[in-house]
Amino acid sequence: MKYQNPKPKWSELETGTAILTPGSARATHTGEWRSSRPVWNDEHCVQCGVCVIFCPEGCIAFQADGYPKADLDYCKGCGICVQECPTTSIAMQDEEE
Amino acid sequence: MHEVRFHGRGGQGAVTSAELLAQAAIADGKSAQAFPSFGPERRGAPVIAFARVADAIIRNRTAISEPNIVIVLDPSLLRLVKVNQGLKEGGLIVVNSSKSLEKVREEFGFKARLVVVDANHIAREEIGRVITNTTMLGAMLAAEPMVEQKTLEAALEKRFGRLAPKNISAFRRAQREAVISDAV
Amino acid sequence: MERRIGMEASIAMAEAVGLCDADVVSAYPITPQTHIVEHLSELVANGELDANFVPVESEHSAMSVCCGSSAAGARTYTATSSQGLALMHEILFIAPALRLPIVMAVANRSLSGPISIWNDHSDIMAERDIGWIQVFVENAQEAIDLTIWSFRIAEDKRVSLPTIVNFDGFILSHMIEPVLMPDREQVQDFLPPFEPLQRLDIDNPVSMGPVGIPDVYTEAKYVQHKLLTDAYGPIVETFGELEKHFGRKYRPVETYRADDADVLLLTMGALGETAMTAVDERRKRGQKVGLIKLRLFRPFPYKDLLNAIGDKPVLGVMDRAVSFGGPVGPVASEVKAALFSARKHPLVPEFIVGLGGRDTSIADFHSIFDDLFEAAERDTTPDPRFVGLRE
Repeated sequence: MKYQNPKPKWSELETGTAILTPGSARATHTGEWRSSRPVWNDEHCVQCGVCVIFCPEGCIAFQADGYPKADLDYCKGCGICVQECPTTSIAMQDEEE
Repeated sequence: MHEVRFHGRGGQGAVTSAELLAQAAIADGKSAQAFPSFGPERRGAPVIAFARVADAIIRNRTAISEPNIVIVLDPSLLRLVKVNQGLKEGGLIVVNSSKSLEKVREEFGFKARLVVVDANHIAREEIGRVITNTTMLGAMLAAEPMVEQKTLEAALEKRFGRLAPKNISAFRRAQREAVISDAV
Repeated sequence: MERRIGMEASIAMAEAVGLCDADVVSAYPITPQTHIVEHLSELVANGELDANFVPVESEHSAMSVCCGSSAAGARTYTATSSQGLALMHEILFIAPALRLPIVMAVANRSLSGPISIWNDHSDIMAERDIGWIQVFVENAQEAIDLTIWSFRIAEDKRVSLPTIVNFDGFILSHMIEPVLMPDREQVQDFLPPFEPLQRLDIDNPVSMGPVGIPDVYTEAKYVQHKLLTDAYGPIVETFGELEKHFGRKYRPVETYRADDADVLLLTMGALGETAMTAVDERRKRGQKVGLIKLRLFRPFPYKDLLNAIGDKPVLGVMDRAVSFGGPVGPVASEVKAALFSARKHPLVPEFIVGLGGRDTSIADFHSIFDDLFEAAERDTTPDPRFVGLRE
């Protein structure tokens, strides 16, 4: 995947600098940008899915147990899910803790 | 090369006249240009349009400032515009007027070759509207047959469709009724 | 079979686009480009051209639509002028960067202010560095031929770059004159169906137009420069193809009675025709003037220009725009840059001509030729002259 070559020669660039690999943004783990993470209190969660819809990164999904969780490879820790949760079931926790 | 300037009012068909003349010349195998005076167009305002007709290829994109033929589609313009401005030595003026040729010559001091035709009258009777462009082409052709009769009529047919027969009648009648006189 | 007919240059150009079977036309009307897109919208509405005509609310949107449709693999055409071209400015750079072979007519017109709807080259000279192929035409026939050619060169896989056909507003766009209009079969023989280098395709997804970080941007710009420069070869080759199919010869730099000339004048665009008539008159008087006509403005044909100039002592350059407070004439500036590497170069008097629709007469060209002969005699370059300036 040439786009991953950080310093391509001019002759190695794709046509019009296009990216030919679909979903290549997956390779960038934006979770590394996070300084705090969302933590769910499943006792309060009603599985309404508001956090799933509002997550700007699209990284929150319902898990096998029916409760939503963030994919921490991509969660940037923006906290929007915390703001939007109608049952205040989500809290931000510092990464350092 | 003929360089023709048409004086009319916006909406009277000066630009169409220039185009019809050029189309006929091109159909005759000649070289020709037709173009408006460049700029905004306003209905009723005095407008000019131009045509060049030549046997050889025309390579010139300047305005026509020294025409050898001037055609005046609207009699009221004679008082507003100096229509013979820049007219070449030996040139021709074709005027739409209900007045006699002598009267027009005297009133406006035209010394050049002159054609007068009552195009308003002819157009009213033949076309039913006072649109004088095709009529005035007839008057011009009577004095200066620079294109073939049949090609110009073919150009009229193509342009006017079902209104073509009326325009062709007006065109032919103007050829018969035009009064022509030499320069004085 | 070609038909010889009388046709307004704008209509002829639109007909040529129709013969090329454009898939998408997106444009916003602006004088003096209007007749081209009006006629195209008629062709589409009448079912004579199977294309999507996308009306938009601005030229910025028009060029954005064009980028999108070209990226989707549609043969795409637009036309604009003056302020419209200026409004497209930021999107104009996107098309070549993404290798989108859009074809655009620019009905050359002055820029405000003062407000002017009339002809000069101010609009396109301000877009010199957008990375498009750019040609200039002199008459309606060339407008037809080079519109058809533009699709061919733009879509050539070795090139795949957008192309502008510059044609002078009013003095060409609004002129009815004889043309040889080719038929569909002739055009199809010359112009193969559009096969894009890559396209937006849900079965084979690509992302076009991503960020170019500092580690990539320089290389990306170098590629663009190289592609446009290297387009010269395919341009000459496809001019040859055009000649084979239509019998009319085009070259990056063309000359008129230049071989034995004592002084030369360089022109670009439709005023070249008036200049030819002035040259003929001068020759009848036994004075050897000749013309160099710059057909291809981008990529700039350095070698052809130097060859055409040869060892002539004086080369006047006619400019139809002003580079304010700078080199005065933008074309003269390019020509001088081209000459800098030559061992010996001519004097290059500059003439600013026909700004904002000022009529340029044969007499004006004679006054320019007078200056050229005087420069040759004195062996000095006069100051740049605004021809016809009232002082």
